[in-house]
Amino acid sequence: MSVAGDLPKAGAPSRAWVIPLAARIEGLLLPVAALLAGFAAFALFLLLLGKSPVDFFALVYKAGFGTAFSWSNTLSRAAPLLLAALCVAVPARLGLVVIGGEGAIVLGGVMVGGLALPLSGWPPLIAMPLLACMAALAGAVWIGAVGALRQWRGVNETIASLLMAYIAIALMNHMVEGPLRDPASLNKPSTAPLAEALRVGDLPGWNVHWGLAVAVLACIFAWVLIDRTTIGFAARIAGGNIRAAQVQGLPVGKLVIGFTALGGAFAGLAGYFEVSAVHGSANASLASGYGYTGILIAFLARHNPLAIIPVALLLAGFEASSGLVQRRMDLPDATMTVLQGFVFVAILASETFTGRLNLAALLTKGEQR
Amino acid sequence: MLKSLTRRHFLSTSAGFAGAAALGGLSGPARASGDLTVGFIYVGPRDDYGYNQAHAEAAAVIKAMEGVTVIEEENVAETQDVQQTMESMINFDGASLLFPTSFGYFDPHILEVAPKYPDVRFEHCGGLWSEGMPTNTGSYFGYIGMGQYLNGIAAGHATKTKKIGFVAAKPIPQVLLNINSFLLGARSVDPTITCQVIFTGEWSMAVKEAEATNALADAGVDVVTCHVDGPKVVMETAASRDCFICGYHANQSDLAPEKYLTGAEWNWATVYKDMVEKTLAGAPIDNFVRGGLAEGFIKMSPLGPAVSDAARNQFEATKAKILDGGFAVIEGPLKDNAGNEIAPAGTAYEETDVALESMSYLVEGVIGSTS
Repeated sequence: MSVAGDLPKAGAPSRAWVIPLAARIEGLLLPVAALLAGFAAFALFLLLLGKSPVDFFALVYKAGFGTAFSWSNTLSRAAPLLLAALCVAVPARLGLVVIGGEGAIVLGGVMVGGLALPLSGWPPLIAMPLLACMAALAGAVWIGAVGALRQWRGVNETIASLLMAYIAIALMNHMVEGPLRDPASLNKPSTAPLAEALRVGDLPGWNVHWGLAVAVLACIFAWVLIDRTTIGFAARIAGGNIRAAQVQGLPVGKLVIGFTALGGAFAGLAGYFEVSAVHGSANASLASGYGYTGILIAFLARHNPLAIIPVALLLAGFEASSGLVQRRMDLPDATMTVLQGFVFVAILASETFTGRLNLAALLTKGEQR
Repeated sequence: MLKSLTRRHFLSTSAGFAGAAALGGLSGPARASGDLTVGFIYVGPRDDYGYNQAHAEAAAVIKAMEGVTVIEEENVAETQDVQQTMESMINFDGASLLFPTSFGYFDPHILEVAPKYPDVRFEHCGGLWSEGMPTNTGSYFGYIGMGQYLNGIAAGHATKTKKIGFVAAKPIPQVLLNINSFLLGARSVDPTITCQVIFTGEWSMAVKEAEATNALADAGVDVVTCHVDGPKVVMETAASRDCFICGYHANQSDLAPEKYLTGAEWNWATVYKDMVEKTLAGAPIDNFVRGGLAEGFIKMSPLGPAVSDAARNQFEATKAKILDGGFAVIEGPLKDNAGNEIAPAGTAYEETDVALESMSYLVEGVIGSTS
């Protein structure tokens, strides 16, 4: 139920349904148009390089979505991206731009790596949820601290979260190469490996680990929280106008810290799956940029947790096809980054048109005559 | 949620692949019998003047071989990415010999993917293959510490301040052996020489590498070498501070020809040619391959114009000794830089000694700490 829908224009009660519908169509039309515009601009770029855009998009389709293997490739890349994007999208509802999800991912992973030995003999049914919760907690504390700095000290959350990501990576390197180092990991310092019984396996019949299912559920949970609860409503009010929210007596401080911590918890969970499903131990490979791709996804999805799912799939598909594009078209590895850049700029530019398409008038044109 | 599911899903997905391949979706370019597709995977850019370039130069040699198609992919992270890249090369390009070249690709990524494709050979650089690991995987590496020892000889003759410097990524055995070898090479010229080491903590972090090089130059160091993935920044910064430079990984002489003394280079073409030839002939490849200067796994850059005759003579004489075999860099009596004895008089560790692969100390004369 959007806010606009509750405020029909006086004198036009019969057409009240048009406004939310128009907003919805616009919400879908703008990003899709921006995406296509980004593709078109990128096609021109390819033509300038003397490469065929048709070949390019055919390869992207083939390697990202065209075969069973392509899908498993895309889906397994999507899992961490979904959770990383939530770390941006959830605080964004409060008007906070948090770009340091990478730090929470890394620390979530280190937490799992550090607990690998103490929990090695535990029954999986207890140890696995505990590990996941501890990783989420690590992420929540880290990004929650960004919210707290914002709330109590007035520190800009964008800068703070980015800088704290660097601190988190340094902390990881220290832990992995120092106190938590497995003496058997000679040339690649790592924590002790997680016991085989505590490793997260694949979805039955799929070549994709359980992190994907959890990440999709997390997106749905975040959407329900933001769109269907009073807490989410309060957050959106505070995001729209923080003074108004305070005047209304909304607990802005709790919301800021709670939403940043929740975002961080999602990213920490991504770290949990990276270690428990992919790496088996925590090491420097944890800092591989998922947190940063998550920013792009959240913005493309306009911070709507449900929209994050298709957008993350699309971007994961791009990344899945990056290799084939490199190999077949002799394009550099940066090609996909360039494409993502074009799309990102197009999406940002499309924001200008929000609310200006006047679709409501278009839809009711017939009736007005 | 447990591992047993992996086995089951593996059977079902591989059945799915077989089906899809039969429909013609996956097989990619048809392979004529006897043709071999070889995939190279790099962790960074293939023109980094360093680790990745050394592999890419060898890949170019393989490319010229009869009946071989080479596919390459760069900037592949040591995550799910490399697993997917390997599978993509196998499924879309029909690759049957893979060289995933970064150290972090091995465990768990190669070990995870290899059992799914028993007909594909996975050859990994730097890993320690051991009994019990998949038999279609293998590891190879070279004794490049000897190259750094020879670098040290050139550096020992060139230095006037008796201080040489080393920009290192991480304090891991392979790096520590290089640092120690570099200093011991220099000390074979003049035992008063010291080597200052700065760890950047990252394999590829240009800003820190430049800062470290400048800090070394500020401290009076006048010959610099390094062990990071891409030595370009270290070499250029050092040369601009009027230091001599010794290369690493690949030949960096064209970055500063007047300042370049020599360099310890990988010569992976030897290894790759041998493995490709064996694969083409259907012959088995050893799972654990190691070699040094004598085997042609490493080579030295041609000596630069700044190298004196005395340096050249000692360099060539030592190189000949290494080629004869049995030469040991770590030789007693030797202490570490905290004063602990690491090799009593009469002991020597030859390059083939596996004890060197778990080195954890810096020798006396190295200024710096591993922690």
